[in-house]
This record gives sequence, C-alpha cells and structure tokens, in this order.
Amino acid sequence: MSTQNRPLSPHLQVYRPQWTSALSIFHRGTGIVLALGTLLLVYWLAAAAAGPEAFAGAQSFVGSPIGVILLFGWSAALFYHLCNGIRHLVWDAGYGFELSVAYRSALAVLIATAVLTVLAWIVGIALL
Amino acid sequence: MAEFALPANSKIGTGKTWPAPSGAKKTKTFKVYRWNPDDGQNPRVDSYSIDLDDCGPMVLDALIKIKNEVDPTLTFRRSCREGVCGSCAMNIDGVNTLACTMNLHDVDGDVKIYPLPHQPVIKDLVPDLSGAYAQLQTIEPWLKTTTAAPERERPQSPEERAKLDGLWECILCFSCQTSCPSYWWNGDRYLGPAILLQAYRWIADSRDEFTGERLDQLEDPFRLYRCHTIMNCTRTCPKNLNPAKAIAEIKKLMVERKG
Repeated sequence: MSTQNRPLSPHLQVYRPQWTSALSIFHRGTGIVLALGTLLLVYWLAAAAAGPEAFAGAQSFVGSPIGVILLFGWSAALFYHLCNGIRHLVWDAGYGFELSVAYRSALAVLIATAVLTVLAWIVGIALL
Repeated sequence: MAEFALPANSKIGTGKTWPAPSGAKKTKTFKVYRWNPDDGQNPRVDSYSIDLDDCGPMVLDALIKIKNEVDPTLTFRRSCREGVCGSCAMNIDGVNTLACTMNLHDVDGDVKIYPLPHQPVIKDLVPDLSGAYAQLQTIEPWLKTTTAAPERERPQSPEERAKLDGLWECILCFSCQTSCPSYWWNGDRYLGPAILLQAYRWIADSRDEFTGERLDQLEDPFRLYRCHTIMNCTRTCPKNLNPAKAIAEIKKLMVERKG
C-alpha cells in the first residue's frame, strides 16, 4: 500500500465560508491595506517637504477619483481594523467567546465600521 | 508557508454516477470524495442517488446504505452511531461534523461529503490523523502528581470539578482541529484547538500538580500562539464545546503567571 503518495484532503476548496473565519481574514487584509496606505501618507508628507510644486502634484493625485477611492478604502480599513482590534482585546481578556456573542460582536464591528467611515467622510468634507 | 492550492496529486476529478433505484419517489444525491491508494489515480467525487423513503435520518445512515447496497468499496470510519465515539467526523455540506448526528434534512440540495480537511488521506473518507495523535501525546493528557498517592482517591470539591465541564466531554473527533485555517497552514508546529482544549483540561484540573510545567511546554510562538481567535473551532464542534475559550484561558494564565 502506498503511504508516500497520499493526497491532501481539500480544505479552502470545500470549507464553506464562515462568519468567524471571514472576519478574521478581513482583519489581516485590512492590516495589510493600512500598511500600504501609510506609504501614500508618507508620499504626501514627503511631497509637502519637497516644495510647492511637488505638493501640488501630490494634492492633485490624492484629489483625483483614484486617490479618493484609495483614501476611502484606507479609512474603511482603518475603522474595521480598529473596531475588530477592540474585539480582539476583549477576547484576550477572556470575554465574548460564546458563539452567539461572537456573532453579535461581528455584526457590531461591521456596523461600527460603516458608521465611522461615513461619519469621518461627512466631517472631512464639511471641513474642506 | 501557507499553501492555498491542492498539490497536483490531490486535485479532484469527477467520478462515477450511481442513479437512484427505479421507483424511488424522494431521492437525494450524495457527492462523496473517493480515493483509492491502489489504482494510482487522483481523488474523484462519486455521485450516489438514494431513496430517502428507504433510508435512516442521518448522513451516516445514508453512507452505510450506500456501502451495503450500492458500492461496497466506499470506505469510512464509524462506530457508535450516536455521537460519543468521534469516528465518523467528516466534512459534510462544507462544515466538519459527525455523520451520525447530522440530519439529512438539515442539508439543502446535494450532500457533499469530504474527509476532514487538510489531512493526508488513507482511503476515501478516512484521513490519517497520526499527526494530531502524536501532538496529543506531547501534552501528556493524564493526571500528573509528585505527592504520594493517598489511600483512596484524590478528592475534588464540586466547584473544582465544575471547572472541567465543557472540557471532559471532548471526544477527540478532530472536527475543530481540521476546521482551523491556522492548523491548516501550520499543523506541523501549531498544536491546534483539539489538543489545546485537552491541554487546558489538565491545566484546569485541581488534582494535577504539573500546571507550571504544562504551561512551560505550551509557551511557544507556534504551539499555542498560532491561535488567532478565528473561532472556526467553536463554530464547528459537534459537541458544542468551546476550544477557542479554552485556548484563551491558557493565554490568560500565561500572562497572569508573569505577575
């Protein structure tokens, strides 16, 4: 009997997406997006230090439709990562492990992310 | 490093189709993962249509019916058929559970059945779980003491005994273990939810005198801390236990003992 050539049973291919794992992978995804977004912030600050022309170029990129979409995504990632990070802190303290509570905290994180993102943009546009 | 795609020898092809018996009024189709170690082929998915009017209520009943009446080569583990032995754990309808306690009527459409995920397959629905058993051995899942054995049993108050509720009930079916993405990607070094729940079962036992050593053994970036509180384990446990909470209790003890 062959024991060397045993196949690996399917995993991601067959496992039905779960709320539990979806929010977890989204937490990691938004963490990566945040790190990339920081590069945009550094570019903007570096342009401001480099002089008025460079800054005007950076401003026009950030204000362009692509720039606004990137900024919106970055802010949504920030608020998701913040809210879900708080959820993780509560877990680390030993609370909220009942499945029903975990589902409710997941919903709370998603709602809070949407509300905080929209609120930030309303305030941001009002201050312009 | 996480390998998301299946290796070439594990890619799944389509297999045979076994039609429902003539005259069957209420049929259900079972799509079952098959792999034969002797024919040198890749795994495939066979399709069996079963007459539900002539079948027991659980997924295991249907598998036994297929094996008895349609295709005797179908291979799977089963024993108690009432959710206490843990043998028939498999991936049913996309979630790990016990075939014997999973009602057919809780599955919409075709019933897709695969072995426990991300494990080497011995045959069909039988995974090789020796890796997980070896990991279980490393946590020494038995009472360890240094004090001399008393004349009679080691007493335990009802409150101390209550701390073991939700832990002792684990039947080691490894549904949780193989539902955990972190265990999929780091199963060689991360102990996984089932083993960590067992570890906590002995850490939480008031009679055990090796709590410190047990925690020492778990204090490792991989063995314990690959748990990222994904909670697939708690979601899937067929006994409604909470491995994620048990792991969190171990992590808490790690912090508390640092003072």
